[in-house]
Amino acid sequence: MRLLAFIIVTLTGAFLLYGTTEFPDWGDPNSPASLHVSNYYIEKTYEDTHAPNFVTAVVTDYRGFDTMFETAVIFTAGIGCFLLLRDFRGKKEHYYQHIPSGVILHVKDEKKLLPIGKEFGYMDKEWVPPDLINKTVCRILIPFIQIYALYVVAHGDYSPGGGFQGGVIFGSSLILLAISYDLKTLVERVKEKLLGIFAALGVLIYAGTGALCLLMGGNFLDYGKLAPLIPGHSGHIRALGMLVVEIGVGIAVMAVMTLIYINIVSEGRHDEGL
Amino acid sequence: MSELLSLVIAKYNYWLYVILMMIGLYGMIAKNNLIKKVVGMNIFQTAIILFYVSIGYKTNASIPIITTADTAHGAVVRAADYINPLTSCLMLTAIVVSVATFGYAMALAVRIYQRYQTLEEDELRMRLSKE
Repeated sequence: MRLLAFIIVTLTGAFLLYGTTEFPDWGDPNSPASLHVSNYYIEKTYEDTHAPNFVTAVVTDYRGFDTMFETAVIFTAGIGCFLLLRDFRGKKEHYYQHIPSGVILHVKDEKKLLPIGKEFGYMDKEWVPPDLINKTVCRILIPFIQIYALYVVAHGDYSPGGGFQGGVIFGSSLILLAISYDLKTLVERVKEKLLGIFAALGVLIYAGTGALCLLMGGNFLDYGKLAPLIPGHSGHIRALGMLVVEIGVGIAVMAVMTLIYINIVSEGRHDEGL
Repeated sequence: MSELLSLVIAKYNYWLYVILMMIGLYGMIAKNNLIKKVVGMNIFQTAIILFYVSIGYKTNASIPIITTADTAHGAVVRAADYINPLTSCLMLTAIVVSVATFGYAMALAVRIYQRYQTLEEDELRMRLSKE
């Protein structure tokens, strides 16, 4: 099997390498990919949209449909993970830690729940005590990571950034909370329902912006027609439309990343995990 | 031999991507563990992303964000001054798809493990043929 795979891989690689001999050189400004539509994007984007970042302009304006369904793909992946893994059956037995003495209690009666607070703390079966240094550093860092994520989303059309990137950074800050403390801390602060609503809300903002353009008498996702809604910004209206769409993408990506993480590490039970 | 060597040096970026791509393909074909197969698929996708981004590169060009000099009224934007934004856009969406497929594949792997207590392909096939 290994030998067969090696032969297949070598043959495919040899064919591909033979094909690359006719490819354009590294950094060739006249390569076929840079001749046709990309020149239009570079030369006319600022005139058309007033967005300095070409990539964002192309992603959310010229290729807006593509990105809308991309957000739908993300949403579908989140829903798919939820439907595959989510397990609503509660755990049969619970572990608690008596905090003053450090004694670990194993409660086998599933109806008997101890109050969580100063006296008793949650406990996982494969529990590792959270390191004080890790916890402190993460607690200090997480707000800054989140502010940076918001900056990346808000600056999507001015500097490198955008909804996907900012959303992933925000989602990773929530995942960091789950890693440095434990999964229960995250699930208590960010409810599953909220994540589901956010994932759907992001797609809704994107599609809703497109539908709003339809209502204002333009084509779907034709942000230029939104000008009467925001008076005084008619020059920058397409960049503002992009910003709204990017916020929708960011919300959806953030929610779905966290949802996928929580479902996978806890096998859908949302109680204990990494 | 020296001709071949000069050919490799002129197109060394493609050689790197093809090698990376083939590592991913080998992982997808030869590895027995489902997680390793998925990681192989991810390596393959990474190679394609690098390939696209390198296609869009231009010598002596800056990132695709307009400079303040070019935003002035009446300034002519020259396409040779900025790298190709289109390939970056296509790969932005490809990264998103790769993340979505990776997450979904991991969820499937968790389900398979819950049902069969294994992720090895041959053991899975044995269990499936018994049922």
